[in-house]
Amino acid sequence: MLTTIASFINAAIIQGIPLLYGATGEIITEKSGNLNLGIPGIMYIGGISGIVGGYIYEYYTPEPLAALCIIIPLLSSLLASALMAFIYSFLTITLRANQNVTGLALTTFGVGVGNFLGGSLQGFFGKSGSISLLTTGTYYKTSLPFADDLGLFGQTFLSFGFLAYLAVIIAVICAFILKKTRIGLNLRAVGESPATADAAGINVTRYKYVATCTGGAIAGLGGLYFVMDYIAGAWTNDGFDDRGWLAIAIVIFALWKPDLSILCSFIFGGLYIICTYIPGLSSAAKELIKMLPYIVTIIVLVLISARKRRENQPPAHLGLPYFREER
Amino acid sequence: MSDKIKHTEPLIRISKRDDLVWWKSWLVRIIAVVLALILCSVIIILLTGYNPIQVYSVMIRGSFGTSRKLWIMLQNLAMLLCISLAVTPAFKMRFWNIGAEGQVLVGGLATAAVMFYVKDSMHPLLLIIIMLAASLLAGIVWALIPAFFKAKWNTNETLFTLMMNYVATQLVSFFIMIWVPSGSSVMGIINQNSQAGWLPEIFGQKYLLNILIVAAVTIAMFIYLKYSKQGYEISVVGESENTAKYIGINVKKVILRTMGLSGAICGLAGFLLVSGTNHTITTTTAGGMGFTAIMVSWLGKFNAAIMVLTSFIIVFLQRGAGEIATKFNLNQSFADILTGIILFFIIGCEFFVNYKINLRNGHKEGK
Amino acid sequence: MSTAAIELKGITKRFGSVVANKDVSLSVQNGEILSLLGENGSGKTTLMNMISGIYHPDEGQIFINGQEAVITCPHDAYDYKIGMIHQHFKLVDVFSAAENIVLGINDGKRFNINDVYARVREICEKYGFEIDAHKKIYQMSVSEKQTVEIIKVLYRGADILILDEPTAVLTPQETQKLFKVLRRMRDDGKAIIIITHKLHEVLSISDRVSVLRRGEYVGTLITAQTNETELTEMMVGKKISLNIERSQPHDTEDRLVVSDIKCNSREGVKLLDNVSFTAKSGEILGIAGIAGSGQRELLEAIAGLQHIDSGSIIYNNPKTKTQDNLRDKTPIQIRDLGVRLSFVPEDRLGMGLVGNMDIVDNMMLRSYRHGKGMFLKRAEPKALADKIISDLQVVTPGTSTPVRRLSGGNVQKVLVGREIAAAPTVLMAAYPVRGLDINSSYTIYNLLNEQKKNGVAVIFVGEDLDVLIELCDRIMVIGGGRVTGIVDARNTTKEEIGLLMTKTDGGQINE
Repeated sequence: MLTTIASFINAAIIQGIPLLYGATGEIITEKSGNLNLGIPGIMYIGGISGIVGGYIYEYYTPEPLAALCIIIPLLSSLLASALMAFIYSFLTITLRANQNVTGLALTTFGVGVGNFLGGSLQGFFGKSGSISLLTTGTYYKTSLPFADDLGLFGQTFLSFGFLAYLAVIIAVICAFILKKTRIGLNLRAVGESPATADAAGINVTRYKYVATCTGGAIAGLGGLYFVMDYIAGAWTNDGFDDRGWLAIAIVIFALWKPDLSILCSFIFGGLYIICTYIPGLSSAAKELIKMLPYIVTIIVLVLISARKRRENQPPAHLGLPYFREER
Repeated sequence: MSDKIKHTEPLIRISKRDDLVWWKSWLVRIIAVVLALILCSVIIILLTGYNPIQVYSVMIRGSFGTSRKLWIMLQNLAMLLCISLAVTPAFKMRFWNIGAEGQVLVGGLATAAVMFYVKDSMHPLLLIIIMLAASLLAGIVWALIPAFFKAKWNTNETLFTLMMNYVATQLVSFFIMIWVPSGSSVMGIINQNSQAGWLPEIFGQKYLLNILIVAAVTIAMFIYLKYSKQGYEISVVGESENTAKYIGINVKKVILRTMGLSGAICGLAGFLLVSGTNHTITTTTAGGMGFTAIMVSWLGKFNAAIMVLTSFIIVFLQRGAGEIATKFNLNQSFADILTGIILFFIIGCEFFVNYKINLRNGHKEGK
Repeated sequence: MSTAAIELKGITKRFGSVVANKDVSLSVQNGEILSLLGENGSGKTTLMNMISGIYHPDEGQIFINGQEAVITCPHDAYDYKIGMIHQHFKLVDVFSAAENIVLGINDGKRFNINDVYARVREICEKYGFEIDAHKKIYQMSVSEKQTVEIIKVLYRGADILILDEPTAVLTPQETQKLFKVLRRMRDDGKAIIIITHKLHEVLSISDRVSVLRRGEYVGTLITAQTNETELTEMMVGKKISLNIERSQPHDTEDRLVVSDIKCNSREGVKLLDNVSFTAKSGEILGIAGIAGSGQRELLEAIAGLQHIDSGSIIYNNPKTKTQDNLRDKTPIQIRDLGVRLSFVPEDRLGMGLVGNMDIVDNMMLRSYRHGKGMFLKRAEPKALADKIISDLQVVTPGTSTPVRRLSGGNVQKVLVGREIAAAPTVLMAAYPVRGLDINSSYTIYNLLNEQKKNGVAVIFVGEDLDVLIELCDRIMVIGGGRVTGIVDARNTTKEEIGLLMTKTDGGQINE
């Protein structure tokens, strides 16, 4: 029984990590007033660009170095995701396009690029079959060396690759920045009331760009974790599924707080796989359980709007464009 | 002193313009599409090494090459247009219904449920009517839930409707699991033998009825938005809630009514997809069209007539790119990449239609 | 005289053809409070916006401590230690007071919100502010928010403070508190400019007072050596004859009887306080008052757009001879009672008209429900649009032009034309000539006069006293949500009305 619970918690965390990246990235983005519905697409891009980076390196190097196996996919993932977020920023901030439309177009594009490259990369290099980056995947999956020595605790909480810990660290850092630093204060002001921020001498445009691109890069790491660690350096088309949208749900569920999103991600991760841990569940009931994350998110959304507690509301200027001429 | 003041004016000043003549604004859009096509060509050449002209002709053949391809293209066009029409009244009211995907799915699910349970035990016409009513009702309910909370507590409708999509997806999975005893997650063709609840072929064309229905909806929506009192109220609420209150419009009532309509047409789309096109239901029956429709409607400026054009562009691109993929042995997702690129350009070009860029010098500070 | 903290010389500012400020010169010393007095639209705020870097003057110079200063953006103003407290607060609602105060400041030191709390406390103690720096803005009263704005400016080290009508939103008690703080800041050597049009406040708080009238500088007086009458005369100026025709009302009957209506804002500030009056048919009733004295709420309460807490609004129906109470009825219910009420709101494009719709569709706003069936009938509104365009000489490319593209005067003609076309028995117009050129203004006056002759009860809210006196039959003056007097327009003077306007909570200020 204890082992089952331990392995469930372990699996919940594994499922929660990509969600946590996505949620943290989207929180940072939304705090600047940008509702980036392109996050699911960005997460696909984050995954595939890591694959492409690792693939090329493994392809041309007979004996890949561990450090480069990690750094090359990591950098390509960060850059590509940030670039995606930059397209979104340019269209919505500079060209003042509608945020929802731009975000959805970005998701179409991102998922398309992911599946296209994932499906054709082998072909480009004259091979067939599906992608498998065994070496890179192994390095990404390497856990702390002493994890296994710590028994059940070690297996439950310490058996992850480094990206898992990084997700938590980034979320904690983001929470700290938002709560305790000048940059965080200014960023929150931009999302709440850009006119006020502008009057206080804050460069609204710069904050929106930087927050959106940083948020995109963070979210992209969720895709990277998924392909490198979770499925160990492989790619399956649409394998990432609708996790990107689940990440956006977590943002609401966590009330736009990165520290809370750590817990929420693991809960949602748990809900994602809980059906395999409940014995005797019909396959139909499993589908209903998978519905739970969305239902609770809706309930949270309704509750915060009904209770009108101001601290828990979405950033007041979320989704709206800001131009100085309109005061 | 005046020199100093002039110097501090920003290098670029952007101001709203509303005096661009129609042909200039269309010129801007055409230039944007051409630029997008050039970029796409570059990508195509890099990937395939073929001459882009050749590639584009393959694309055209993909949509118009054979009469079967033409019918499929028209069918896809009809469905995308139908869903785009559905979200339009809500958008016009500035209600961001991005839950069309879910509303279509529950509509389709209701149709499938009636087909599955009633089978051929009923007069075919009566069956179709019940299916239609069920799917409209399902779509309406799915749309009214977020609308109710929007009207009551101003709950954020973008996030709410987004979440409703995935609830709908899981609901469909749930019922498929119940209906398919083998534990397979694929629902086969419903009523394969009796064809009960299948929309009939007319003039020997399977999709023609779908297309005609959507054509009728298009005309009706155009008239509704432009010439009906309710359509007028939608415009007023969307433009200015203050004015709406000033002339005594019940804003909450308009929100609920309009979202009900939006959901009903989504339900209709679900009905057509299940009863007319697929004769089955899957979680991807809506196939992302609920999201694409948002872009179609927005790019079509919420005008039903222009939306025929924008949905054509998108469907043409997707079909054409699919053809390229098959022909040159590329992955089918290639279509999404091209669609994405062209969408970015069209979205971006609206800026140059709506805003004027004033460089420093020449323009004096105005009122 | 020592060097002035700030001195303006010959400042002129034009917006297009309108001169907002003409050759204005004034100065403030350290340790002095200067009142800037003037009616609405006299150019006070424009002048101060030039000091705080929002506008640039077209002509003239600004000196700070004797040095010529070029202020081109709000940030420059900070550098010159100038701080302006605007009428509309710029605060983030979900932030605490301290977070708002420190927002946007980068002093290069490590950020620690606790240091901010400490410094805010210091400032509060020094000047006698009472504020909880941890409190969120959305939980604050208007007066507390204003305090936050003032501390924000002091926190940035401002030595010159400009307050734009700071008492407009305050209760008398809060005003007293504010003045106490201002005096302490003056004694600390700050130079303070307070924009106001309330005479008793001028006399109570300031050391000197400068008066503006229609953008022009009238003069500066030492407060101790002047009185309300002299200041009123300076502020309103000599009577200017406008030659607006005015007929004698005849066969008047009580059309709208408003009794004891009361209305509070959400924050509990009294917007309307025991307002009673009667609007008669065939007469123009003027409403005079400082902006924001309850005019808008009054008209909206009558039109069914504003909830009132008590009182009644009785409409005497000339056709049916019935009496109906319009209180808390919706606009539709009012219309269904057979009340023909037309309303030209202050916010023309945000309320009265839809800017993005064309003239025909705007004509339909009032009448689109007419007739059976679910479809609109555009023929009638089209005919009406054509008629208004030709009758009122609206300059427009056509009836299908969005009204937002028309000039202010033409927008107003469209709106007034539509409201009159409904053949009202009561016509309310809020600031109908604001921003209009002379010709358009006279068109509007003529329209109102015509309605009066037709037996309509016209309610005219205005700001120009000359117009009110020449156009109206009776003038009701309101201040602070209360009726301070109703005078016969034929036998009154600008001074009398001016004094009534500023009487609001007179006397209570002087401790």
